[in-house]
Amino acid sequence: MDFLTLFVLVPLLMLFGFLPCKNIRQIRTVAVVGSTILLGLAIALVVIFMSERAAGNTAEMLFTFDKVWFPTLNIHYSVGVDGISVVMLLLSSVIVFTGVFASWNMQPLTKEFFMWLILLALGVFGFFISIDLFTMLLFYEVALIPMYLLIGVWGTGKKEYSAMKLTLMLMGGSALMMVGIFGIYFNSDGGTGIYTFNLLEIAKNGIPIEAQRIFFPLTFVGFGVLGAMFPFHTWSPDGHASAPTAVSMLHAGVLMKLGGYGCFRIAVSLMPEAAHEQAWIFLCLTGISVVYGAFGAVFQKDLKYINAYSSVSHCGLVLFAILMLNETAMTGAVMQMLSHGLMTALFFALIGMIYGRTHTRDIREMGGLMRIMPFLSVAYVIAGLASLGLPGFSGFVSEMMIFVGSFQHTDMFHRVFTIIACSSIVITAVYILRVVGKILFGEVQDEHHKKLTDATWFERLAVVTLIISIAGIGMYPSFVADMIRSSLGAMVNW
Amino acid sequence: MDLSNYLMMKQEMSLMVVFLILIVYDLFASEKGRQYFQPLACLLFLAHTIFGFFPQVTGTSFSGMYVANDAEISMKNIMNIGVLLILLQSNGWLSKPEASFKRGEFTMLTLLTLFGMYLMVSSGNFILFYIGLETASLPMAALAAFDKYKNNSAEAGAKYIFNAVFSSACLLFGLSFLYGACGTFYFEDLSTAIQSTPLLVMSLVFISVGLFFKISLVPFHFWTPDVYQGAPTTVTGYLSTISKGAGVFALMVILYKVFGNMSYEWINMLWWIVVITITVGNLFAMRQTNLKRFMAFSSVSQAGYIALAVLAGTPQGMGSVMYYILVYIFSNLAIFGVISAIENKSGKTDMADYNGLYKTNPKLALVMMMGLFSLGGIPPLAGFFSKFFVFTAAAQQGQYLLVLIALLNTIISLYYYLLIVKAMFINPNEAPVENFKSDGYMKISLVVCMIGLMVVGFASGIYEYLNSVGFGM
Repeated sequence: MDFLTLFVLVPLLMLFGFLPCKNIRQIRTVAVVGSTILLGLAIALVVIFMSERAAGNTAEMLFTFDKVWFPTLNIHYSVGVDGISVVMLLLSSVIVFTGVFASWNMQPLTKEFFMWLILLALGVFGFFISIDLFTMLLFYEVALIPMYLLIGVWGTGKKEYSAMKLTLMLMGGSALMMVGIFGIYFNSDGGTGIYTFNLLEIAKNGIPIEAQRIFFPLTFVGFGVLGAMFPFHTWSPDGHASAPTAVSMLHAGVLMKLGGYGCFRIAVSLMPEAAHEQAWIFLCLTGISVVYGAFGAVFQKDLKYINAYSSVSHCGLVLFAILMLNETAMTGAVMQMLSHGLMTALFFALIGMIYGRTHTRDIREMGGLMRIMPFLSVAYVIAGLASLGLPGFSGFVSEMMIFVGSFQHTDMFHRVFTIIACSSIVITAVYILRVVGKILFGEVQDEHHKKLTDATWFERLAVVTLIISIAGIGMYPSFVADMIRSSLGAMVNW
Repeated sequence: MDLSNYLMMKQEMSLMVVFLILIVYDLFASEKGRQYFQPLACLLFLAHTIFGFFPQVTGTSFSGMYVANDAEISMKNIMNIGVLLILLQSNGWLSKPEASFKRGEFTMLTLLTLFGMYLMVSSGNFILFYIGLETASLPMAALAAFDKYKNNSAEAGAKYIFNAVFSSACLLFGLSFLYGACGTFYFEDLSTAIQSTPLLVMSLVFISVGLFFKISLVPFHFWTPDVYQGAPTTVTGYLSTISKGAGVFALMVILYKVFGNMSYEWINMLWWIVVITITVGNLFAMRQTNLKRFMAFSSVSQAGYIALAVLAGTPQGMGSVMYYILVYIFSNLAIFGVISAIENKSGKTDMADYNGLYKTNPKLALVMMMGLFSLGGIPPLAGFFSKFFVFTAAAQQGQYLLVLIALLNTIISLYYYLLIVKAMFINPNEAPVENFKSDGYMKISLVVCMIGLMVVGFASGIYEYLNSVGFGM
């Protein structure tokens, strides 16, 4: 048994652990124990990974484990991590951990809710540890389908519509991606006649440029749908707004990162030549995502919609940076995935907590919450400041790196787009400060709100964990950045 | 006369033994003894199924008339598993007073059609093939009309028999061309004698059309919804899985073995048929409100997916087809099991009746959901693996466009599968199907289906074995 498989095994055991649970206390116990173990595993992984690297282990993937699964098609169960996947695993485990606390009082059908949630987490963890395209696809789809029921059953608003839209659009993305994967597979032999699904071997063998030209856009768009690339982002606002708190957290925080990670690890790094040729098309689209998402957020009145559009903008920035194809911007992209994941999870957690009290998410119906629930309000301000890129928080580091990296391109096209994307920072400030000013300060809009209470202990725990992570990365970004950069080495020398 | 000829027909013979024992038992058993008929039938058939897995002599007998190779033996084993599940599921329906006195007949007719399909699968000559096809078709019409006092069921029987006769006519017409051009009916001799002449293209088209009716590919699917809706649910399950599986396998064997030289023609023909079948099946399924009709269109589109791997023409394609059929049997019978359990209890088959099913019958809803997700190709269920392998087989031949169309169609199919999931889990209902306990047989069959759905994908040995026995052109 190898170390990384534990990330899949623990959620699996949790699923079985939920089965005999009789009441909500037992369910919570299983969920807390399991997610704490996962968080512990992720932290241990970071420590071991860094000490291995420090000891001079320069292998591309560490902790690899490989077992043949379907010999005729050369499908393996093959796991391994580099710096980027370690960061993603850390992010996922933090969000699963906090997500459990954010759904502490989930009613009704508590057991089913947690089982679907953990199944989703299983898919996410499996995706990040895999280095075999088949298992990646398998885990990717495992992570998608629980969303339907999580939103459809436990969501709010026009949940059925949102759930269906989200599922079908993401499955559409995965259909394109699957064709891309077949294309990669049947061109992966490098002249030897032995096809492979293994990422490292494919990268070594190289794919003929004619095939790349066809399958790069398919793969990139396939993952781009999940990364909320314009014009395939429309599932995101509806889906996030209708989902229950923990699901929004997990979805915006982790699942959308699957898209960015897939674009990076499969589309761009396996088909670099085509990426170079066609980057401009997708740069235009992601540039639109960045600005359009930000503008969209300005005009929304529902807190969750504001944050969902802000996610479109920020995730667009991830894809935008990946397409810059240089080291600084790509490091920034991975940092942005981490930073946005934590930040948006914090936002959704806070919105869920506020909504749970005020029963409204309309910013026109709230005001003066700072006096009523100081803890939640302060946390909201912190999240907002992190989101608009205040130095000291993770958002600043990642956006800085992205824009510096983008500006390294000396041609007109890249520079113009960098400047356009930069403008989103200003728009972000507009919609964040507008919300903060409207709902936290000013007069109390509703007399009933005065009787509301502040956060309970489990809510505080979730919020504090996320704030510590955001601030920690903001203060000391270099260990994450180094981990990411050392893994990029092989990929960006084009 | 060489006895080893008969050794190759091991499965046919053991099926006949089961058949004869049951027919004699049914004739002579007392009224009291008859209540043991169903357990006896299930046990005997279980023994027959297990017996089929024992190693067997392979080769051809009766100078090439009958062929027994590993692929065909595996196909028969897969069909046996399906029929066993059908027999288990039929108990609830056959225990009702209006059907219980015909219990024996149902089993006889089912086994008889199965025998016909055996012959279809392992024929090496078109005469034997035609006999098998007819043996499979005629009792099937009787099965579809089994609830003969219900108008729908009688109508289903009539529709089935007309279509079966019409498709047989097409097939025979094609065969006459074939015989005229080549002068033989043996697959072995035909494979070398066939050249791509206009006459033989006509023959190919008519023979294929005869089989397309059988597996209800568009545009030869018009009988499907009415027959599926009218026939008793268990029979519908049988029609949609075993009958269709055998048909696809026979089509594949004929195309590979006989028309190997004309692969250019039939690949082009099948390409369009697959695209139309998948799309039309999906689009029509979206608009259905009756669950059995809905499953009819769903199975039309599933037939398209199976045919997609036939296109590949490789051993891997054949392995994928058999694997798909196996998984499809588990998924579809899980769904039809639930439908028939609920129909027996409450007589309801409309989709609206399934609203709120999860609240009252969580286990049935769960089985149904797993079956639907498997059909939609959602991991970790076996349907994901089977879809992936089918697409791999097609993509290997460079059919990327076809794979893309099929994959985009899976989204449409996922939409309507999710509609049922939504009905069961999300939609509220004033008067949902009340909580009930199904009989032991039904439980066993549903549990087997669930285990199948979870295990068949991950146990790579099954796919590897089917792949190793498959043969190409």
